[in-house]
Amino acid sequence: MNLYAVRAIYLFELARAWRTLMQSIATPVISTSLYFVVFGSAIGASMSQVQGVSYAAFIVPGLIMMMLLTESVSNASFGIYMPRYAGTIYEVLSAPVSYLEILIGYVGAAATKSVVLGLLILVTARLFVSYEIQHPAMMALFLVLTAVTFSLFGFIIGIWADGWEKLQVVPALIVTPLAFLGGSFYSIGMLPEVWQKIALVNPVVYLISGFRWSFYGVSDVNPLISLGMTLGFLVLCLAIVAWMFRTGYRLKS
Amino acid sequence: MTHAPGIHYNRPFCRSHPIVQSVIAIEQLTKTYASGHQALRNIDLHIRKGEIFALLGPNGAGKTTLISIICGIVNPGSGRVLVGGHDIVRDYRAARSKIGLVPQELFNEGFESVWATVRFSRGLFGKAPDDALLERLLRDLSLWDKRDARINELSGGMKRRVMIAKALSHEPEVLFLDEPTAGVDVELRRDMWEMVRGLRERGVTIILTTHYIEEAEEMADRIGVIRRGEIILVEDKATLMKQLGKKQLTLHLRRPLARIPAELADEPLQLVDDGHQLVFTFDAQREHTGIAELLKRLAAHDIDYKDLQTSQSSLEEIFVNLVRTRA
Repeated sequence: MNLYAVRAIYLFELARAWRTLMQSIATPVISTSLYFVVFGSAIGASMSQVQGVSYAAFIVPGLIMMMLLTESVSNASFGIYMPRYAGTIYEVLSAPVSYLEILIGYVGAAATKSVVLGLLILVTARLFVSYEIQHPAMMALFLVLTAVTFSLFGFIIGIWADGWEKLQVVPALIVTPLAFLGGSFYSIGMLPEVWQKIALVNPVVYLISGFRWSFYGVSDVNPLISLGMTLGFLVLCLAIVAWMFRTGYRLKS
Repeated sequence: MTHAPGIHYNRPFCRSHPIVQSVIAIEQLTKTYASGHQALRNIDLHIRKGEIFALLGPNGAGKTTLISIICGIVNPGSGRVLVGGHDIVRDYRAARSKIGLVPQELFNEGFESVWATVRFSRGLFGKAPDDALLERLLRDLSLWDKRDARINELSGGMKRRVMIAKALSHEPEVLFLDEPTAGVDVELRRDMWEMVRGLRERGVTIILTTHYIEEAEEMADRIGVIRRGEIILVEDKATLMKQLGKKQLTLHLRRPLARIPAELADEPLQLVDDGHQLVFTFDAQREHTGIAELLKRLAAHDIDYKDLQTSQSSLEEIFVNLVRTRA
């Protein structure tokens, strides 16, 4: 294991986040705060409780999850797309590193950023609303698993994309809608019955439901199924990355 | 096909040559891209430890593909490549850790500082941090004052130096310089040549690609010529330069000769242009070129000429000739 290389990539990527601190950390925290103000305080005040939890508190896990998904995908996709675009990827490809080490460096850094961000939003949320975390260990597990899984997904996008447009399209047209429709702001049970069934196709439903369960002990789907779905998506992403590396897809001709 | 005299052409891989003596051993390397373009055909090449090897060839000849395969950026087709005795595919870690690469194009992490990017490179190649070494390296490359500057802010020449610093940050045994002086000013070119010589003194093997003949002449111990994916010549520069030392005197005769008179058979003469021209080859480096004597002898044989000229074949001519005419 070339630990120096893993460390070099990891720290280099984190340094990029630090350099663009406003963009990486402040922007998502501020926009999440706005959600709390609008949905939590303004609209939430006139809404009844959902699944026995005040609406403002109910949306905390969903908002964190939504930010976690979009930020993981965009961070990780940008992280690997940038050196491809700038040409500096030559150095990584010519270095004595295995694909696994490259993956740990890039995806690890992206996931770390997302987890830090998730925790920051959690702390920020406290300024607006009081909430409880019934299962802190499970909360941490969901947080880390989701960050890693969607950073992997972002890594795949970053290798697949052959232009800036494609890099933007997936987060904007797929991840964000899935997150919105995945129950960030509502319980799936609030939907008409047909839409409840359709919603179950959306993988994000399971993530948000499981994460919310770790807070309040209530969920739309069984938390174990949520965990299983998250792991399943993780394995799927790993399989795609493995295929990409084996074939040198868009990395090596 | 005709071979220029004295030039020894690349032979099939010599089995008697032990692989480990070559720092890079390439055997029967072939590469065909997915587009169907055959970039390399049966390349056999041995780079000796500690030499400066110049790979010459026109654009699109396969220089960069060859380097990219050795460095791990492009997948090899068939054949094999050993670096320091390590197979570049099976034992890629050992092979790649010996190599530093300065690519042709200026790729860089624009927002990073010089210092951060060089430290990154060293770590990436699996070496423990060594700030003293990196400081020496940056000082040698006149980059130390710029260590905290963002790479974006540097001039093109400085960016080139940063890429060299990155390539040398892990103390490679083999350094690849792909078109190192393309679009580089005279000062940096001189600096670069000096640096390359310094590295060679420390035992680093250097492989550079160029299409500047002058550069190969100035730097290289050996020269290889690649054309349409094939190595068509590998030769010591000294041997090639001997060719350069040879000059030719061409006499335009008043009356064409059917053949060179037997009495003049001892002279290095050649009859060309249907007997209209007589070509005399001599060594310009020698004190006594034999021209005066030849002219006297010609007069004695009543061979009259209306004009005469001398010419010297340059490495460039040899190269252009090889590249153009050899099929």
